[in-house]
Amino acid sequence: MTGVQGFLDQLGARKQLDAEPSWIAARRQAGAARFEAVGFPNRKNEEWKYTDVSAIAKQQFALTDNADFDRAQLDAMMLEIDAYRMVFVDGVFSAELSSLDGLEGDVSVEPLSQALASNHEAVGGALGRLNNVDFSAFSALNAAFTAEGAIVRIGRRVALDKPVYLLFVSRKQDAPIMTHPRVIIEAGSQSEATIIEHYIGEEGAANLTNVVSELFVEKAAHLVHYKLQEASTQEFHIASVHIEQARDSHYRSFNLNLGGSIARNDLVAELNDENAVCDYYGLFFGRGRQHMDNHTKVHHNAPRTYSNENYKGILDDRARGVFNGLVHIKRDAQQVRGYQNNANLLLSDRAEIDTKPELLIYADDVLCSHGTTTGQLDERAVFAMRARGLDEAMARGLLTLAFAGEVLDSVNEPNIALRVERAVAGKLPDRFNLQDLVEAQDA
Amino acid sequence: MLEIKDLHASIDGTEILKGINLTINPGEVHAIMGPNGAGKSTLSAVLAGNEGYEVTQGTITFEGEDLLEMAVEDRARAGLLMGFQYPVEIPGVKNVYLLKAALNAQREARGEGEIPAPEFMKLVREKLAYMKMDNSFLQRAVNEGFSGGEKKRNEILQMLVLQPKLALLDEIDSGLDIDAMKVVSQGVNSLRSEDRSILMVTHYQRLLNHIEPDVVHILMDGRVVKSGDKTLATEVEDRGYDWLTEGSVA
Amino acid sequence: MASEEMEQLVRREYTQGFVTDIESDTAPPGLNEDTIAFISKKKEEPQWMLDWRLEAFEQWKKMSEPDWSHLDYPPIDYQAISYFSAPKKPEDRPQSLDEVDPKLLETYEKLGIPLHERAALAGVAVDAVFDSVSVTTTFKDKLAEAGVIFCSISEAIREHPELVKQYLGTVVSRGDNFFAALNSAVFTDGSFVYVPEGVECPMELSTYFRINAANTGQFERTLIICDKQAQVSYLEGCTAPQRDENQLHAAVVELVALDDAYIKYSTVQNWYPGDEDGKGGIYNFVTKRGDCRGDRSKISWTQVETGSAITWKYPSCLLRGDDSVGEFYSVAVTNGRQQADTGTKMIHIGKNTKSTIVSKGIAAGKSDQAYRGLVKILPRAENARNFTQCDSLLIGDQCGAHTFPYQEISNSKSMVEHEATTSKIGEDQLFYCQSRGINEEDAVNMIVNGFCKDVFQELPMEFAVEAEALLSVTLEGSVG
Repeated sequence: MTGVQGFLDQLGARKQLDAEPSWIAARRQAGAARFEAVGFPNRKNEEWKYTDVSAIAKQQFALTDNADFDRAQLDAMMLEIDAYRMVFVDGVFSAELSSLDGLEGDVSVEPLSQALASNHEAVGGALGRLNNVDFSAFSALNAAFTAEGAIVRIGRRVALDKPVYLLFVSRKQDAPIMTHPRVIIEAGSQSEATIIEHYIGEEGAANLTNVVSELFVEKAAHLVHYKLQEASTQEFHIASVHIEQARDSHYRSFNLNLGGSIARNDLVAELNDENAVCDYYGLFFGRGRQHMDNHTKVHHNAPRTYSNENYKGILDDRARGVFNGLVHIKRDAQQVRGYQNNANLLLSDRAEIDTKPELLIYADDVLCSHGTTTGQLDERAVFAMRARGLDEAMARGLLTLAFAGEVLDSVNEPNIALRVERAVAGKLPDRFNLQDLVEAQDA
Repeated sequence: MLEIKDLHASIDGTEILKGINLTINPGEVHAIMGPNGAGKSTLSAVLAGNEGYEVTQGTITFEGEDLLEMAVEDRARAGLLMGFQYPVEIPGVKNVYLLKAALNAQREARGEGEIPAPEFMKLVREKLAYMKMDNSFLQRAVNEGFSGGEKKRNEILQMLVLQPKLALLDEIDSGLDIDAMKVVSQGVNSLRSEDRSILMVTHYQRLLNHIEPDVVHILMDGRVVKSGDKTLATEVEDRGYDWLTEGSVA
Repeated sequence: MASEEMEQLVRREYTQGFVTDIESDTAPPGLNEDTIAFISKKKEEPQWMLDWRLEAFEQWKKMSEPDWSHLDYPPIDYQAISYFSAPKKPEDRPQSLDEVDPKLLETYEKLGIPLHERAALAGVAVDAVFDSVSVTTTFKDKLAEAGVIFCSISEAIREHPELVKQYLGTVVSRGDNFFAALNSAVFTDGSFVYVPEGVECPMELSTYFRINAANTGQFERTLIICDKQAQVSYLEGCTAPQRDENQLHAAVVELVALDDAYIKYSTVQNWYPGDEDGKGGIYNFVTKRGDCRGDRSKISWTQVETGSAITWKYPSCLLRGDDSVGEFYSVAVTNGRQQADTGTKMIHIGKNTKSTIVSKGIAAGKSDQAYRGLVKILPRAENARNFTQCDSLLIGDQCGAHTFPYQEISNSKSMVEHEATTSKIGEDQLFYCQSRGINEEDAVNMIVNGFCKDVFQELPMEFAVEAEALLSVTLEGSVG
């Protein structure tokens, strides 16, 4: 059975947790009830105007409980990065593939299941603390299936020496699998940390990942959050990221999307106190029939809060991109600054971009602006490069890479920047032949 | 090396070049001078392969090939390289990419393989040092935020790496202070060799003190009105251009 | 500025609110087939027109009121509205200005629109609609000489059925939206313009609409056709008497431009916005659309919206012909409890089509306004270009300004650019002006006018003057 009921039927089939705390069970039921009530969103819903999820609703997804994965294969897939690493295979935590050595002090990095088993009350405070987190259909579905995920707690004044790397691997299975991970990050006051969420699929994997992330950035904390999405082109990736920011906090998001058949990201930041700063950087590159949808929202709930956003999209073949960015300034949230930019490049006439940068402003002493451009490459630059002997295709390829580079330049993890740059080069049409060129840079 | 015969060219239907004849042999350095509006920049543009200029008559032969039939990139690969008066800024494209891609395109055209990365880096670093440019320059975007002098240096750096057969320098001295002028001319002079030619287009004689030409041509109203050795440039500097209009056509 | 002073000015009553006492021949409230037949009969319409209306009504019954806009108003009872009112004795309708009811002329005087003077001085033909019926039309002879048809839509249905049949409902179909369907069923009057091939209309055409009789909806229908190489500039202006009950207005304007034709449509809208609690203002739900049907045709919308309690309006262009051009210049000012959801749609269908959108929104008091726009580039629209500039100015901390620009782009050789800013009047700008001896009120006006300059300069001269005046009246005292 497929559709709403088909998904709910899987709930009964899932393995029961031992002695599930009652509040978790209640949450799960509430999530299921909510999902049953709202059903899958359709395109009459303004939030889903350009994204049709009927392909997900029609599919039947199973659950899995094993995390078997070849170590060598994992090494080939994962980021070369010195980090505290947790690995999830089809949503199931693998202690064997993870590496948390050297983690000390007031920091905890745990799989959610373990945290719930050892001290569920401590988790209860954070899980679903944000309003409306489980309101949307997919988030409600996630709540109904809550079982695993990551919970990262960074204590007061801790400056983490290495990034926390959360790797979610999706396997090619006989039958498609669904996973509903929940990621909780608590960055204590004055702490500094980098979190990397990395989603990667084996070629041919056709699974559904439906993740909800909740991030709490306490007073004067600095949190850098990478989300690198490299699902297979047959996978569905749905992500809701909720950020709550306290006074003087700084949150910076890099939302980098290369994979997925349908990839949808919802980022919602609540700037709750003065001098909170939120930076959103995004890059999406679709080709073939990929569909990539990014919805971002920044709620300026307090005066003197600041946001910046820069999203870039590249679309080739019959790919479709969606950008919907909202800057919302609440009544009395004076002296807010909000900037938003979205630029897109269409490489094919069959590709499409639907973009809507929104401003919703209820305070007068503010300065907000947004801009979008969709167009082509600078022909003068193409000519200048041809005059150096580059063929036109390569000139265009390099300029396309440069277009993406504007976002990657802000990435402070060189291995992530390089990986994405290579992936972008690799995704460009073969005629651009850029792969070798990018790699040559290392020399 | 380069042979221009009876070249006529127009832009938007207005004829700018009205029958240019010019021959450059291997190893020679030529300078083209002339007042504003003489057609200097049009000639450069036609040689560079800029679309928007229509050649209505005449031929340009480069190394025995019909240059006018060649696409911009093919000209560069064949060894004709243009140093632009106003080098374009290309945000986000790193200099190192451009250099590597350009060099490989040229090598490929000659049937050679790609240059191994270490060898390439060695070459580039050596040329950078020669142009008194910092290594960090390689990671910067092409000409983005460069001063006028930096842009011109970058043009010459590309020449040094790509080693063209014929270097075309369009007003390479414009916007240079005296120190930058020295570095740029030193770079150009290092290019001089028996089998390489240089064609400079310039407004001022000053440049020719630094890069000594073998032949000087005076371009006026779309024609070469006089050719001579480097003393011709000095003469123009002293006497202006007017006396040439009554003189015999070279 | 002292806040009491500001409050006082904000509370200033609508200067153009008054009621003209003219008896009306009004249809009983309610909407059904009989009402439509009544309207059609009153208008002496042929059967085909009645059938057309009834089909629209059938469609309307199946539709529901749109709820996507950023507007908040109590539900409208469509059965409580009277759909027709006309001056008592239609057969006695004045044939010239001299015969016009002095009270009506007085009305115009109060509005600052000395009709005959204006008509004579400005060379403008005025087709004044008073309570749904055309009462006076001037300069018809001069227009007839040029071959231009300018008359009420009712007259056009009777006199030029072939043109009406050919074009009516071809730009805004009867089922286009809820309000357009309603209009198609019950429209009572409006203007019709036909400019023949190669003719440049010798004067600017102007219509002043007024809403008067209590509880009466107005449903104008305007149809303008510019044949090949023809040109016309059309001005529409509105202002309304004060009323306690909300009055519904649902107009439809259709423009058709054939090859090389140019239509310029300018609007100054100053309907009663309601009292300080937002009571009694006009509800304005308008569907305006231009069809650049021919190659190299051009349609330009310019609007200054200062009135109405509720504005729902998106003058749009279908850029069908190759090389066609669409423009939208808008100033929207809201104060008090006004709400406006306005913007445009530019649909690029043909090659090399270009559109420009300049929208300036000024929100003051407790008002709320939204720019809502769509730029759509279809796959065939090679080299399409759009530029959108969308700026909002907020005056006071109880208002809201919102921007919802949709862009749907599916051609890789097109270029779409959108820029938007929201800010308040800079204290430094005010201070600078004041330090030069200008009082705050004037300084604000100067700055706001400067903010709107890009739009005002698109207006015909006499409209530009009126627009600036309206702006300062609307904004008076709203800065503190």
